[in-house]
Amino acid sequence: MAETLTHIGQTEPRPTGWQGIAADWSSDQRAFKNVSWGKAMMWIFLLSDTFIFGCFLLSYMTARISTRVPWPNPSEVFALRIGGSDIPLILIAIMTFVLISSSGTMAMAVNFGYRRDRRKTAILMLVTAALGATFVGMQAFEWTKLITEGVRPWGNPWGAAQFGSCFFMITGFHGTHVTIGVIFLIIVARKVWRGDYDTGRRGFFTSRTGRYENVEIMGLYWHFVDLVWVFIFAFFYLW
Amino acid sequence: MAEATANGLGQHALHTGHAHEAPAAIVHADLHQEHPIKLYLVVWAWLFILSTCSYLVDYFGLHGYLRWSLILIFMILKAGLIVAVFMHMAWERLALAYAIILPPILVLVFVTMMVFEADYTLFTRLSFFGAGP
Repeated sequence: MAETLTHIGQTEPRPTGWQGIAADWSSDQRAFKNVSWGKAMMWIFLLSDTFIFGCFLLSYMTARISTRVPWPNPSEVFALRIGGSDIPLILIAIMTFVLISSSGTMAMAVNFGYRRDRRKTAILMLVTAALGATFVGMQAFEWTKLITEGVRPWGNPWGAAQFGSCFFMITGFHGTHVTIGVIFLIIVARKVWRGDYDTGRRGFFTSRTGRYENVEIMGLYWHFVDLVWVFIFAFFYLW
Repeated sequence: MAEATANGLGQHALHTGHAHEAPAAIVHADLHQEHPIKLYLVVWAWLFILSTCSYLVDYFGLHGYLRWSLILIFMILKAGLIVAVFMHMAWERLALAYAIILPPILVLVFVTMMVFEADYTLFTRLSFFGAGP
């Protein structure tokens, strides 16, 4: 609710800009005026997750700067041999496109959710889940390939020993996030398909009735997973 | 929670605020965030273009500051598009946007500290163990 009651029954628009920030946060009231508790809590969870991934990337940076041994060249490590020639980083590029596409379908699912188009919302969410599962599958392939080539958390054939531990921890944690996202996408898609948000059926987790906003909250998590991948792609694979 | 007025009707205004708030909040949340599908398709296309660009940075083997600055630029543009449009941050009130976006920027302070620390670690390793094996 983006307005404040000044006199009984009368409302006034709230200030914008810096004055809006000060007014929203001050005077013992709820700070996030037009955001439900579910959405605000998801944002705060994502903020804390940002710090977790931030610390992972930070420790990777510290390890990479402080090692005396040359860092393995990711461009060569993640190259795939297709049609007789090595194409650098191609699997990672495909994974990036798959995850971005899943973000696109998720954004459209949120949109159709607010239009109360149950069918399209559920189908787009299932497409998102399928793309996410594809991503995890390709990551499993990548892990298998690197492990057979001798990459371990304590060493690898090409250079600095920390490469393996950074790689397994960062991509492993991200892959776990994607997997959890896929599971929750399927659960929410089923609820949308069944019309739970129209009939007010009680939920599986909190026993509360849901709204189509739940699709958007689910979307926030999914876009965050994509967002983290943008940073991992830039710092771990391209740097 | 709605603000109470300071004119002696505080208690009364508080109750009125509650009565108004509950239905309004629900209706409002369901009504906002409706944008044309085309917007999402345009952003999707841009994310593809930017990802291709950052992949090409590696494909053509650019090096040094050119490589790093291009990687960072494409990364920030992609992250900005995802947060602003896909996560709808562009349409939220600034109180939420700043509460979520400002704290991660403070990580840069941590980054600076760890760059100094890592440089020092490398210095001690080089001076006690020599260059790499």
